[in-house]
Amino acid sequence: MGFEDTALMSRILTLMTLSFHIIYATIGVGIPLMIMIAQWVGIRKNDEHYILLARRWARGFVITVAVGVVTGTAIGLQLSLLWPNFMQMAGNVIALPLFMEVFAFFFEAIFLGIYLYTWDRFEDQRKHFLLLVPVALGAAASSIFITIVNSFMNAPQGFDVLNGELVNVSPLLAMFSPAVPTKVAHVLSTAFMTSAFILASIAAFRLLRGSNHIYHKKALFLTMKLALIFSVATAIIGDFSGKYLAEYQPEKLAAAEWHFETGPEAELVLFGVLDGEEPKYAIRVPYALSILAHGVPSGEVIGLNDFPEDEIPPLWIHYLFDTMVTLGMWLAFFSFVFVVGSWRGWSLVKQKWFRWLTVLSGPLAMIAIEAGWWFTEVGRQPWILRGYMKTSEGATASGQVDLMIVLFAGLYVILGIGTVVVLSRMYKRNPVEKELAQRESSKGGEES
Amino acid sequence: MTLEIIGISVLWLFLFLYVIVASIDFGAGFFNAYSAFSDKQHILTGIIQRYLSPVWEVTNVFFVFFFVGIIGFFPQTAFYYGTTLLVPASLALILLAVRGSYYAFATYGAKIDHRGYIYMYGLSGLLLPAALSPVLAISEGGFMRLEGGQPSLDYWALFTSPLMWSIVVLSLAAVLYISAVFLTWYAHKAGDVKATQLVRKYALVWAGPTIITATGIIFELRGHNPEHYASLLDLWWMFALSFLLFLGTVFLIWKKRNYGLAFILLVGQFFTAFFAYGASHYPYLLYPHLTIYDSFTNESMAIALIIAFIAGLGLLLPSLYLLFRLFLFDKDYVKGKSDYHA
Repeated sequence: MGFEDTALMSRILTLMTLSFHIIYATIGVGIPLMIMIAQWVGIRKNDEHYILLARRWARGFVITVAVGVVTGTAIGLQLSLLWPNFMQMAGNVIALPLFMEVFAFFFEAIFLGIYLYTWDRFEDQRKHFLLLVPVALGAAASSIFITIVNSFMNAPQGFDVLNGELVNVSPLLAMFSPAVPTKVAHVLSTAFMTSAFILASIAAFRLLRGSNHIYHKKALFLTMKLALIFSVATAIIGDFSGKYLAEYQPEKLAAAEWHFETGPEAELVLFGVLDGEEPKYAIRVPYALSILAHGVPSGEVIGLNDFPEDEIPPLWIHYLFDTMVTLGMWLAFFSFVFVVGSWRGWSLVKQKWFRWLTVLSGPLAMIAIEAGWWFTEVGRQPWILRGYMKTSEGATASGQVDLMIVLFAGLYVILGIGTVVVLSRMYKRNPVEKELAQRESSKGGEES
Repeated sequence: MTLEIIGISVLWLFLFLYVIVASIDFGAGFFNAYSAFSDKQHILTGIIQRYLSPVWEVTNVFFVFFFVGIIGFFPQTAFYYGTTLLVPASLALILLAVRGSYYAFATYGAKIDHRGYIYMYGLSGLLLPAALSPVLAISEGGFMRLEGGQPSLDYWALFTSPLMWSIVVLSLAAVLYISAVFLTWYAHKAGDVKATQLVRKYALVWAGPTIITATGIIFELRGHNPEHYASLLDLWWMFALSFLLFLGTVFLIWKKRNYGLAFILLVGQFFTAFFAYGASHYPYLLYPHLTIYDSFTNESMAIALIIAFIAGLGLLLPSLYLLFRLFLFDKDYVKGKSDYHA
């Protein structure tokens, strides 16, 4: 295999692992907060339903965490196996947050083990609740640290290159690159948003499938409220991300928007197909790109003509960008209608087709996550470390990557199917009505 | 003490901790599968679920800590080991996935009691040390070629090397021995007489092979890497101490006394041997290409990592203490009097 080939193979395997891992990672970051909120509401309102909600979510969550640990270990090791040249260089500059990420995960794993195996072990419910705080903090912290590493790849700083040697390394400066604020905020808010939508999907699905229990209605309303909050936050952060790109990675924004000529009053191009340099059948929003990039219609947006041919990202990232933005907008709008509709008692929100749309929102949010990561990773090409190292230079020289692709593809298929089968079987065997009845009978029916 | 020494000592310590906790985990899975195979099931299953399920993710982090840490402190290892270990490390990942998914799907989840899964889980516990331990043989040199500046693994030389196979056999024997000694203690604490008898027998069975293969490796090294062999001999007293600790463990297990102390002595035995081996390997990370000095990161990163490590440890030690207090030292929990699983 030639050198280019192994780079391509390494990219395929990395893409596969990351695309699979991000599902579990997103859930892993977002769900602890949801469990925390449900348990907190339950303790405050003294409402058994919310406590049980937290407990049942936690049971499913631990399965996704265990698979996430496996895929996370895989990507952690694959970074060195597939990109040894990159990791050798990056190790010198950005090893600190990678190292801290391990500690954050350590912390999370310890308290998750404790939390799961100590239900009803404490007299005071609040003590058990407190164990969840380090789980949620650890999960969020590990995503922050790993996003910092990704930010560094997009906007490297904190070192100088002198005759091919890395000098004047400042680990802290490298950690706090300009990409960090928007990226970290975006990753966190979308993880919370997606997790809320997924839990809402499940509740809506139960309601559609005949169970009319108030438990599911409480779950649905709570998660949709949270989904709305984080969708709005995501939209605001998304706007800042556009401004970050315009300033620090203009080629990524320009490629995403098919913006070829540098100029003010730039229009936003949605969908369409490219004919040479001319977008066709596209929806054009006047001034919108200038506003996204600089906040004013007259803002000058740098176009692809300012970059050498071989440093331009592939133009198909336009569709990834559009998918992400469209889904994000739709989900914000949808959750807004849902929440307002529920408050005001619109009959709309109880319609069957509307419930089905709610079921759809979880998968759609996950598709938006995938599209977003594909966009940011493919949009950084041809660089692995923007401006310093091209992706092909970072890859391994090993000739066996193609075989590993087959191996890991098989693994991810099995893990994916296993997760779905085990989760659905677990909840089917122990439906909430049954569990509620059991809990009440064991309490001796002291309350309704 | 130089920064390089601090760095490698920290990593070596965490690798040691991984060897101990992972051995317990791997071996327990194997014994469990073996007793399922010989229809003695459920003697060990309960113990495995009570102890291993809450802590296996923590076990796994020790491993991640080691490979992330070594890239941080010694980035050049990514180039040498990253390029050459693609296949063995990927196989190890698949095996880790088997174990992780067993916990996820079989113990947390739907309580699948499928025999095939139990066997796969048990077998992965043996295959994992077999997949990971050849790295130690590779580090002795002679198995890596540099072609056009790119390292590649000489599989033929590796698979025909008696040194590699002795290391693999040692890792298997040690996994089963460490695990059996720990489980003897844990089962005894749990008041499970039957299980104690069973794992105590395993402990005695695997003590011999462990010490014989360990001694064998020292002699293999004489031919394979005389330089390393010479520095091993300089540290003979540490190996002698390790051997005495070994005798202590076997004596206590034999006499059915102080299983807790027996396990502590075992940790001491492996600690002295592991660090004596590590110290004699100094300064090489990979004979003869890579030493801890020429592969070391820059000074500012090293200091940052050490500060992060100390801060992280401050967070970690109390948490680990809490974890072990709840699952290892809590009598009611260990005895299985109550089930608090979510």
